Amino acid sequence: MEYAIEVENLTKRFGSFTAVNNINFKIPKGCIFGFLGPNGSGKSTTIRMLCGVLTPTSGIGRVMGLDIVKDTEAVRQNLGYMSQKFSLYEDLTVEENLDFYAGVYGLPKNVRDARKKELILMANLAGKEKSLAGTLSGGWKQRLALGCALIHKPKMLVLDEPTAGVDPVSRRVFWEIIHALSRQGITILVTTHYMDEAESCDIVGFIFNGNLINEFAPPQEIIQKENAKNLEDVFITYVERVTNTKVSSTFKEMKFLHSNES
Amino acid sequence: MKRKLFSFQRFLAIIKKEFIQIKRDPISLRIPIVMPIVMMLLFGYAVTTEVDKISTAIFDQSKTQESREYIDRFVASNYFVVKYNVSSERELSDLIDGGKVKAGLIIPSDYANDIRKNRTPQTQLIIDGTDPTTARTALNSGLLVNEVYSRTFKEEAMKKIGSSALKTPGVSMSSKVWYNPNLESTRFTIPGLVGLILQNITIMLTGFALVRERERGTIEQLIVTPIRSIELILGKLIPYIIIGYAGFLFSLALCVFWFKVEVTGSLTLFLLLGFLFVICALSIGMLISTLAKNQLQAMMVTILVLLPSILLSGFVFPREAMPTAIYLIGYAIPLTYFLDITRGIMLKGIGPEFLWNDIIALSIFMVFLLGLATLRFRKSLD
Repeated sequence: MEYAIEVENLTKRFGSFTAVNNINFKIPKGCIFGFLGPNGSGKSTTIRMLCGVLTPTSGIGRVMGLDIVKDTEAVRQNLGYMSQKFSLYEDLTVEENLDFYAGVYGLPKNVRDARKKELILMANLAGKEKSLAGTLSGGWKQRLALGCALIHKPKMLVLDEPTAGVDPVSRRVFWEIIHALSRQGITILVTTHYMDEAESCDIVGFIFNGNLINEFAPPQEIIQKENAKNLEDVFITYVERVTNTKVSSTFKEMKFLHSNES
Repeated sequence: MKRKLFSFQRFLAIIKKEFIQIKRDPISLRIPIVMPIVMMLLFGYAVTTEVDKISTAIFDQSKTQESREYIDRFVASNYFVVKYNVSSERELSDLIDGGKVKAGLIIPSDYANDIRKNRTPQTQLIIDGTDPTTARTALNSGLLVNEVYSRTFKEEAMKKIGSSALKTPGVSMSSKVWYNPNLESTRFTIPGLVGLILQNITIMLTGFALVRERERGTIEQLIVTPIRSIELILGKLIPYIIIGYAGFLFSLALCVFWFKVEVTGSLTLFLLLGFLFVICALSIGMLISTLAKNQLQAMMVTILVLLPSILLSGFVFPREAMPTAIYLIGYAIPLTYFLDITRGIMLKGIGPEFLWNDIIALSIFMVFLLGLATLRFRKSLD
């Protein structure tokens, strides 16, 4: 089996704080991998190491068979990255943002125009070409960022919480695009806090306090194995198991208690 | 997949993006036009070491035609302006204490009498020494006025006894002041101001160039692209070179047409070296930008760089008068060399043969600063 991502004993420390602790995993080519875990668990740090934004303290990472430390630039050519925060130029229009990244990735002019048209269509950005990126609403912004990350036709796409703060309809539009890209053979690494989104991934993995806490597997397998209703329950079970504390009740129960009090 | 050492396309993409961003940010477009006007006009008139029109109080106890003639001499010198006529020493000292006048002239009651009897009357000039510059001017011009006036008396007296001052032995020195014969301080400060403004605009503009990307998070997206540090740094520099140079031309125009300080030497040479200095100052800003984590830090470092350069470069105070250690620090400031060049070309009209040291120093600064900024900017967030 060919792997898109291979990680061996990867560790990242910031001073005395260990953000990612000796993790190992492999992701086959062409699948959607959902990387899950609470805030501050080490998801973004792992992703940033894979993209060459942070240097690992120790361990090995390979993306498309290329070493993330030695062949950083080659890895970057193969990879489209969308960071957690909206990181495009708000004072540039949709088209200017796409043009800029096309230029930086060295796309020839004829290829660039065709690619731009394609991406605007794919990301449902038609009609907004001349709008400043800063004036777009959340969902539009995310789709533009996705378009810019895809401009150089990467083999792998890395999305760090792409749907944070995005409305339910826009979330669905966004995930439809992700699945369409996956069908084209692009490997996708995505982090999210929405477990409904995670359930549509091919493989999911949990990380907590810098440690992996499950064997990476398809969501349905994990749900069955843990005897849970859905991935949200699995998430909570894992957190409870690791921290040894009960994570309070369901949202329904909270509301019930609340109405009894009043 | 081999990455080109320098891709012109990536470089152009950065330049284009920077231009669009500058165009959409009216502040950074206005700075290079507004700042030269404001600073040239403010500093051009404020930074002057010439003191004239010193407000003066007169305590004339003689009140005769002779005493009035003496006072007229003081007024005619243009250094003294009579603001008050007082009638007691007490009143005079109150005026000086209160800062109403900077000088007081006391003429004794027997002034006219003494002159008529061929005696030398004793007048008194009191000066407020709080500000040494004003005091020195008041003292020198006061003594000069007095001496010239009293010599005319002596000559008249000598003529009466049949002798002439011209026949007495002595040394006569003819003095000649080059480049600035009237010793106008504006001719010294205004050209320097061109360099100072140029430095301020450019350092401020680029000081924020990279920090802004860091603060807005766009740097992360940029890092994952194949862009090279040198392409990024140079690409960001180009638009600011144009803006900075426009600011330079603007302040030079003000200098020549408004303040009437003309370029004595080669204008071409000056424009060329101005270009070199623009790049040099921009590189300082770029280096600051790679050091600072946010715009506030960049602002503070910028001030830390600008303040000493105003005082130590020789813009206001002559460097020759500074203690050796401070004098040497001046050599670490690019503005020092450019002030040399500016005053050399604009006032002295000298050519490159006298300016080699400065040109080489500036070139070294430029290469060194740019290189350091490029090395400092590594493509990671570690």
